[in-house]
Amino acid sequence: MKEFTFKTGGAHPEENKLTKDSPFVPLAPPAIAVIPLSQHIGAPNIPIIKVGDHVKIGQIIGSANAFVSAPVHATISGEVVAIELRPFPLGTKVQSVIIKNDFKEEWVSDLKGIESLESSSKEDLIKNIRDKGIVGMGGATFPTAVKLSPPKDKVIDVIVANGAECEPYLTTDYRVMMEYPEKIIKGLLVEMKITGAKHGIIAIETNKKDAAVLLEENVKKRELDNIEVVLVKTKYPQGGEKQIIKAVLRKEVPAEKLPLEVGVIVQNVGTLKAISEAVFEGKPLIERGVTVSGSAIKRPGNYTIRIGTTVTDIIQQTGGLTKKLRKLIFGGPMMGIAQPTIEVPVTKGTSGILFFGEEVLEMAPQDEMPCIRCSRCVDWCPTGLMPLLIDHAWRREAIKLTETLNATDCIECGVCSYVCPSKRHLTENVRNAKQKILKQRKIEAAKQAAFEKIKALKEKKAQEAKEKLDEGEKVNG
Amino acid sequence: MDENFVDLIVTSSPHIRDKAKVSLIMRGVLIALMPATIAGLYFFGIGHTLGVIIVSILSAIVAEYLSCLIFRKKATVYDLSAAATGLLLALTLPPSSPYWMVAVGAFVAIILGKWIFGGIGSNPFNPALVGRAFLMISWPTYMTIWVKPFTQSVFPPTNAITTATPLNIIKLKGFSELLTMFDGSRLIMYKSLFLGNVAGSIGETSALLLLIGGIALIAKKIIDWRIPAGFIGTVFILSAVFNRDPIFSILSGGLFLGAFFMATDYSSSPITIKGRLWYGISLGVLTVIFRQFGASPEGVMFSILIMNCFVPFFDKMLPRVYGHFAPKREG
Repeated sequence: MKEFTFKTGGAHPEENKLTKDSPFVPLAPPAIAVIPLSQHIGAPNIPIIKVGDHVKIGQIIGSANAFVSAPVHATISGEVVAIELRPFPLGTKVQSVIIKNDFKEEWVSDLKGIESLESSSKEDLIKNIRDKGIVGMGGATFPTAVKLSPPKDKVIDVIVANGAECEPYLTTDYRVMMEYPEKIIKGLLVEMKITGAKHGIIAIETNKKDAAVLLEENVKKRELDNIEVVLVKTKYPQGGEKQIIKAVLRKEVPAEKLPLEVGVIVQNVGTLKAISEAVFEGKPLIERGVTVSGSAIKRPGNYTIRIGTTVTDIIQQTGGLTKKLRKLIFGGPMMGIAQPTIEVPVTKGTSGILFFGEEVLEMAPQDEMPCIRCSRCVDWCPTGLMPLLIDHAWRREAIKLTETLNATDCIECGVCSYVCPSKRHLTENVRNAKQKILKQRKIEAAKQAAFEKIKALKEKKAQEAKEKLDEGEKVNG
Repeated sequence: MDENFVDLIVTSSPHIRDKAKVSLIMRGVLIALMPATIAGLYFFGIGHTLGVIIVSILSAIVAEYLSCLIFRKKATVYDLSAAATGLLLALTLPPSSPYWMVAVGAFVAIILGKWIFGGIGSNPFNPALVGRAFLMISWPTYMTIWVKPFTQSVFPPTNAITTATPLNIIKLKGFSELLTMFDGSRLIMYKSLFLGNVAGSIGETSALLLLIGGIALIAKKIIDWRIPAGFIGTVFILSAVFNRDPIFSILSGGLFLGAFFMATDYSSSPITIKGRLWYGISLGVLTVIFRQFGASPEGVMFSILIMNCFVPFFDKMLPRVYGHFAPKREG
């Protein structure tokens, strides 16, 4: 197997993949499910059920007409008891449907998959993916159907199945690869058929070589010579979309553009499994594999969890906590989001839930020391940015300068903060700068639009006035 | 979940940090300097030489502590950066330096070299070299007394035999004169220079031991190889161009000490990868020019202090950003 990597920067934090050898165990459906109505990037969904309704598993409970959206399904059967704002893993509150479980496990009846890939049209496949609510499950939650419908003028050559899973602790993708290799390949074939991509590449980090071997065996068994399994070096952030493209294809996605600009779509292996289930089995995205790990949880492991199951439920079902819980992270330790409450539910984008005790104070010291200009952040940045300069600029509110220093190209991987010997909050401040710039650009665009409108209006008025004057002159003349 | 309650802290990602700490980096530098320090004690006698080193380090620590008080900053003595500056200063001083002068040098290094600019990370010049330059200008006679190895063994150093450094001899009498001191053999001369059995400041003479420390720092990723490689490589090539013995040129004087331990000082060296290589090369050019045309035989110290001024320029050599295909120049 060939081995690749990206060259610029990157770090290798302790892997801590404690749950590597724990197969997926299904968690019992929760008594109360809290299902956020919008779990994707794009237009928010509107509830299409009301309080008091009885819903079945797989029934659509929220959808939107907008192109960039993905419907949400009921994940347990029972009664809708409320539709209200509830905590969401992104740190916000979103409209959520609260369902009380009747424990009958009733499914909607009309779920069925396609007969065969050959007999299905591209449109059918996309519709299936869309209707089943599939989004990117690596954490970005971009609607997959939209990702697979690039503009007409863009040709997709390659689909890269991303099995790098470079975040420490997380083993969800690894387990999916070990337990469902055939589904990953089927999902990849579906995407290749939809996009017309001639090649599929499955990229897996060297610390998961057994998964790569397994997938290669499956590819060989099916005699697929258009799919290749490759290894990528164990280095963070190897699983970043831009880094994995650079590593395996030696191509760079132009700034502020999508991978399809260079003819590539990158898809997380977990998403490919979900696509396979949606297309061939008609199964909507109602549950997902989640790594539950960290020092403060009694039984770490990989669990198949219904979407809408809250952390409170997960703690109870996995045997409780081992110590006082000080940090709850959704996602990995490098890019994950610390939660303010244990009432947050598992969503489509939840790849891992990490529980830590008092030791977090040591794991991520928050007291900053002066920058010593060691430039570790520069040497380790996978994007080629100058995190310390952007940080300096942000602190003295020189937003324009952060823009010149390309703060908007930051992928927020966290490496700069990770390597900083002075424990400065570099990632946080670069992210702040990036968000501020993007917000300003939005405002600027809106201003420009308004200005154009006013200008057009003024011109029209001037034109009218002139015409009037002309007429007046005519009359006078 | 009764006794195990929940008290969540919310912080921004990442939620794990590398073990790297300022004090660990400085400790690394101190350890890497140990071989050269021990060589200094071996060649120039434990008595007075050890005193110089201890006075320098202690004065630097006291100066750091007082600065923290005066400038009302959190005490930064524990980050070991002052200790590193103190040791570095000592290693650049003649083995027979009077203690009071060493103490003045250390105070100047820490206060004038570092704290008036705002403390660690803010100094535009290498603090140890600021201290040394101050002493060089204030007490030139003390700063040019060079002890012959193995003659300064007692305390105080009254009976030490003074001599000139190899670079001094070249400047005053020429290369052939120097060679006669080593029985006319280049090989013996190289060996003496490589091991450090020549006159010079406490820590500069043994190229071998400085090299070991420097390579350790590079391997530990504490310093970037580009600065010493650019510096030493350029001195080697350019010396040959000026018809100076290239091997002699890189082994003599304070080049290895300067290239591995002084020019790589974080706050006074470039933060960009490309900039560091060019910085090293520029230092090499300047050093050879000083040695060839300058009034004083050695040029490493003033080369570094002068190039320190140009660091903001090297900091503009930004790396190419992913997805940007023409390098952007503004910074």
